[in-house]
Amino acid sequence: MLIKGGNANLTVTEVLKDIYAVKKPFAVLYKKKNITRPFEDQTSLEFFSKKSDCSLFLFGSHNKKRPNNLIIGRMFDYHVLDMIELGIEKFVSLKDVKNSKCPEGTKPMLIFAGDMFDVNEEYRRLKSLLIDFFRGPSVPNIRLAGLECVLHFTAVDGKIYMRSYKVLLKKSGCKIPRIELEEMGPSLDLVMRRTHLASDDLYKLSLKQPKALKVCTLESMLLPDLSVNQSKSLSINYCISDQSLLLFRPNEISGATALLG
Amino acid sequence: MAAVRVEEVLAAAEEQEAEKRRSVTVEKELELEFDLGNLLAVDRNPPPAAGLRGAGPRREALLRALARDNAQLLVARLWELPAERAGGAGGPLVARLPEPAFRLPREKPPPRPRPPTRWEQFARLKGIRRRKRTSLVWDEQAKEWRRRWGYRRAGGDPARAWLAEVPEGADPQEDQFARLRREKRERVARNELNRLRNLARAHRAGTAAPAAPLHPTGHQSREELGRVARVARVSTASLGRFQPRLPKEPAEPPSRSGGRKRRFEPLLGNLAAERSRQLELLRDMGSKRPVLDITRAVNKQLRQEEAEAAAAKGKKQSQRGKRGRRQQRAGRSAKKSGARRQQQQQRPVGSGTGGGGGKRKKA
Repeated sequence: MLIKGGNANLTVTEVLKDIYAVKKPFAVLYKKKNITRPFEDQTSLEFFSKKSDCSLFLFGSHNKKRPNNLIIGRMFDYHVLDMIELGIEKFVSLKDVKNSKCPEGTKPMLIFAGDMFDVNEEYRRLKSLLIDFFRGPSVPNIRLAGLECVLHFTAVDGKIYMRSYKVLLKKSGCKIPRIELEEMGPSLDLVMRRTHLASDDLYKLSLKQPKALKVCTLESMLLPDLSVNQSKSLSINYCISDQSLLLFRPNEISGATALLG
Repeated sequence: MAAVRVEEVLAAAEEQEAEKRRSVTVEKELELEFDLGNLLAVDRNPPPAAGLRGAGPRREALLRALARDNAQLLVARLWELPAERAGGAGGPLVARLPEPAFRLPREKPPPRPRPPTRWEQFARLKGIRRRKRTSLVWDEQAKEWRRRWGYRRAGGDPARAWLAEVPEGADPQEDQFARLRREKRERVARNELNRLRNLARAHRAGTAAPAAPLHPTGHQSREELGRVARVARVSTASLGRFQPRLPKEPAEPPSRSGGRKRRFEPLLGNLAAERSRQLELLRDMGSKRPVLDITRAVNKQLRQEEAEAAAAKGKKQSQRGKRGRRQQRAGRSAKKSGARRQQQQQRPVGSGTGGGGGKRKKA
């Protein structure tokens, strides 16, 4: 959800509108101004999140101390998990760039350049936040010709440059096409200001996935191989049998031991 | 001669291939990391800081070149994925994406596993396992494989059953068809009742469970945190005795309930103690002085009210903002005099009933 703060100026409003255009079907832009300070009081943000059932938010405001302020954040269980305040130094809007744009709802390709995104903890969280924000829905298949949008984030000198390009696939001699980029879309120069990151425990709790989604490893599918020794005692060796046996559950073999025993 | 020519031909072919690939290859110091499920590429190489410092078109050109290189590598990886033509031969080329590898936090906590139903508990106890039934059954009459239940089932349509045997020992006048229908209705009702009961049990268990969450939620009060710390200390193998402590923590581990359990004296224990206790009780009942100190009680009550008012004011301030703070400042002086007036009223009442004016802790 994209929210305007108490005194949001033209730049900030334009930024929110552009990002809403990029994220079109999966975002909600609130028109009215809301006089809150997310870093002091988070209750109104949580109320909005519950109302609109959105967990990611972008809050834009402007005052003398923090001009052109943008707070990007996410929620866990309708309570604020992470919040990072970014200052907009330069902004080029969608309207100012006179090129053709991507259709709505395309899944963008995300590229992060710069070693700051791995070295610094705050930048790492920012990378995670940006991925969460811009990645779009998870799809199993993708049309290769439909890969049109690229969002490129560079972290250099304490600044973060966000650029969006349209991809043109040119013929090359082989199967892989040659890429040419055309500037489209909003481009932002950002500076990191304050942060409000969740504690490690809370972050680990939010990363927990239910068992059903966990990938089954081969070790959990091991089953015993029964063999009867010379002394008529059963010895059980574990081995990976052929594919069809992986369908049987290990418990069912206990019936076989009863037969043999 | 022929061998040399073959080698030449192969070398030439390789060179041609390399030429073709030159337009799509990119040289990088460190390999990029890819997460194709999210269409994500991470470039660890430090970008050329010198070129990017100066503002203007040069920076844009550099950023664009960097983006083009990275995008080329990502697209090359995506094109290597197994692809197929969707919707027949003429359809678009569609690649199958792998699962997203980058771990992102969930929006809401994962759902709690529901408690086992009564049948599931019984089955686990007895070791009964679920046998998978075949979906088709051989129908002798129709001489073909029919469904076990549903449309065109194996035993024929039960609504059209024209024969109902009278079981032994049943009333010959009873309507068997009606009996069969009634029994089916009863079975259905019983199953529905059990299903609702299982749901209610699961719902009750779900709402009862989070009474004492020990996980950090980010919005716990001081008392909750204290309780959690106390429980955590006692939950070790030595029950909190032999483990590293903070400097000011007591050596005795705290009790898990925090000293809330009621303890009763044994019935036939110390007779002397019991006697002295009973005599003291009689003495207190007979004396003229009241046991309850009114002034202390009143002071305690006023202090509590003031603390509550301060907490409420703090909350209101953060909600209202500038406008509220201006109003509050005007209202605060009114509140102070109001409290003083209250104190003056209370004191004569207190001194009347109690013995002597009690000093207020807060002036």
